[in-house]
Amino acid sequence: MSKRLSDEQYEKTKSYRLKQWLDGTKDLYLDAVEMKEQQPFQEDKKLIEKRKKETQRRFARLYDVEHNAEMRIFRKIYRVFSVLFCVFLVLMLLTAVSHLPVIGNPGNPTNNEVAQRYIESGLQETGAVNIVTGMILDYRAFDTLGESHVLFIATCTVLILLRIDRKKGKNEPGAALESDRVHEPKNDVILQTAARILVPPIVIFGIYVILGGHLGPGGGFSGGAIIGAGLILYLNAFGFEKTERFFTAKTYKKLSFTALACYSLSKCYSFYTGANHIESVIPLGTPGAILSSGLILVLNICVGVVVAGTMYTFYVMFRKGGY
Amino acid sequence: MAFVQNLPFISIILSLFAGPLSSILSGKKAKWVNLAVITIIGCMSAAVLGFVMQSGKPYVYMMGHFPAPWGNEIRVGLLEAAMALFFCIVMFLCMLGGSRERSLEVEEPKENLYYVMVNLLLSSLLALIYTNDLFTAYVFVEINTISACGLIMIRQNGRTIEAATRYMIMSLLGSGLFLLGICFLYDVTGHLLMSNIKEQVKILSETGTYHIPLLVSLGLMSIGLAIKSALYPFHAWLPDAYGYSTLSSAAILSSLVSKGYIFLLVKIFYRVIGFDVVRDSKVINVLFVFGIIGMIVGSIDAIKESNIRRMIAYSSIAQIGYIYMGFGLGTTAGVIASVFHIISHAATKALLFVAASGLTDASGDSTDFFDLTGAGYRNKLAGVAFTVGSLSMVGFPMFAGFISKLLFAQAGVESSHKMLMTLVALAISTVLNAVYFMKTVIRIYTPEWKAGIEKKNFTKVTAVQQPAKSVALVCFILLNLVLGLGSEPIIRLFENGLKMFA
Repeated sequence: MSKRLSDEQYEKTKSYRLKQWLDGTKDLYLDAVEMKEQQPFQEDKKLIEKRKKETQRRFARLYDVEHNAEMRIFRKIYRVFSVLFCVFLVLMLLTAVSHLPVIGNPGNPTNNEVAQRYIESGLQETGAVNIVTGMILDYRAFDTLGESHVLFIATCTVLILLRIDRKKGKNEPGAALESDRVHEPKNDVILQTAARILVPPIVIFGIYVILGGHLGPGGGFSGGAIIGAGLILYLNAFGFEKTERFFTAKTYKKLSFTALACYSLSKCYSFYTGANHIESVIPLGTPGAILSSGLILVLNICVGVVVAGTMYTFYVMFRKGGY
Repeated sequence: MAFVQNLPFISIILSLFAGPLSSILSGKKAKWVNLAVITIIGCMSAAVLGFVMQSGKPYVYMMGHFPAPWGNEIRVGLLEAAMALFFCIVMFLCMLGGSRERSLEVEEPKENLYYVMVNLLLSSLLALIYTNDLFTAYVFVEINTISACGLIMIRQNGRTIEAATRYMIMSLLGSGLFLLGICFLYDVTGHLLMSNIKEQVKILSETGTYHIPLLVSLGLMSIGLAIKSALYPFHAWLPDAYGYSTLSSAAILSSLVSKGYIFLLVKIFYRVIGFDVVRDSKVINVLFVFGIIGMIVGSIDAIKESNIRRMIAYSSIAQIGYIYMGFGLGTTAGVIASVFHIISHAATKALLFVAASGLTDASGDSTDFFDLTGAGYRNKLAGVAFTVGSLSMVGFPMFAGFISKLLFAQAGVESSHKMLMTLVALAISTVLNAVYFMKTVIRIYTPEWKAGIEKKNFTKVTAVQQPAKSVALVCFILLNLVLGLGSEPIIRLFENGLKMFA
């Protein structure tokens, strides 16, 4: 027989807290999580005045349709024409599509010797079990080389647009950090616990997808995106202080330079030998083994590093403007 | 295989490699790397040009261990090598001429990013010139677009950001249409390699199958590239993008980026679709009409403009109109005139931008038309250079612009039913060109009152004060003279190059 507890003792047990939580009489996280109420957004009065004036001025010049006959006529014509143009475009494209070869027909022009060779001898020639990987990283590696530089240059453009320069002193980094945190609770227990559990498997899964790119579905682009997502989750849970210990703009640049240079140099070798009909010394290995299919594994890793860095950098730039 | 034949591939890889390399260097080092890369690639292109001239026939270069329809390949002929060499020269001079403005207008920690953009832009231009594969062309069109955006907005003020946004939207629309065109073409021919598509298209056009998708695909690709190179109704992004970005960006954008797309269009006409098929489809008539409207509307806009940088930018719209008019004639002579105009406009427009910045330097950095009064006396070299550029644009003999106008007129006379329109449009446009360029030349050589100079704080600028810009200006003037006086071998080279395209 269980003995009956006194009320005081009972209130200390876990079952009582569970009951409280179930009834909704007490929020367990109320004092445990540091929360900050959202401050209502306030703006400088001068700025408001200035903006109002500017808007009015602009409105008077451009959008005062009532008193601007030219504008009114233009708008009407514009609307009519845009609708007509869209209808025309849709009809034209639909007509063109209806005249295209029927999907799935074996006699289609796309089912020619190009696709045939990819499917029939892709495995022998590239050593990759996954034909798609073999195609993008061996048969048509030049396109993919360009494509990974597209990602790199996109990041550079975002850096130009959003990076806040510390030297100028206009925007203090401290101020940026604070404003970044105003609208969010710090040290969110739920998020941190979830991140602690989820981030390692996500990153490991990403690495697996990259390394297995030549063996099954996956590859540098998808694996890199997974790792990038894991990094972003980690950043959200633990803040910049922790991530900046191992990942800053410098790290990103060095990593992506190493990856892209590695890609360029290895492809340089294979393009050069290929064009000059020199036998390549890189063995293809046994298809299906992890160390197989020549350079594809290396290239996948390079692409993965670039993609992960790009995703993470995009996120950081849009959130804080520097790291 | 001779070692020289590797050089086109090495030049593409070298400039691709220099992009990420610049991102980890400091701005100053990146600048030297960039200049070195452009010089090396220029030398290599010259060697390739010499090789192709000697051998007299084009060659294909396999990118990897797999032959063409399976792997990638690039193709090198006379026209490609000549274009690569010319683009390198112009880019080098643009970078040289704009170095002072860059150090003033680009934030110092971001300076190396500028060179990332320029290096990757160069690689994409080279790839567009050399590629023999439509999809590779699309990939490098993407790099070209993004880096051009970066070049516009690296000088950060409200106008450039707005201009970059506009450029981005229009340019992505163009890329999208181009990609749709490639998809249609791939679906009906089953190939992405230019030579193979041409064989298939020939069969298809003879039997008349898939006529509509073929036509739509040609239309989409032409319009897509026309949007990206600012043909008349799609030109709204251009004046801001060229007018407010930093000097070397404006010069590079106007003289190289839009020309890269036009060269790709020439390749599509000759190497992908076949020029006979293009002529029979009526797509070129559309290009012809819009080209002519652009020639006139662009000039009228330029006359109305009082900001000198924007005026030169509007003039670009008119010149792009000339190039499309040449395509629209539908004769080989017309295309040769267009190709010549590509290089003569590139050489002249970059010269005008650099010279105009020299004039504004001597006018308290004001780009207003009336503040330029007497600027030709305050900065003598820039004044001379601006006059040369203006005369070339108007079509004064001795300069590059004259030869291209002459070629256009000759091509127009040969074409039977488009003769009248071409000649009339040329005449009107030339007069309008003369109106705004001569107006500016007269303005810069009108003496300013002494009191005015003191009041507005104008300073004299000698050639020695800005050595890089002076060197660039002198080289540009020489380039213009070379194109204008020694045009005969260049035109013959283009004729042979176009024959090699077939």
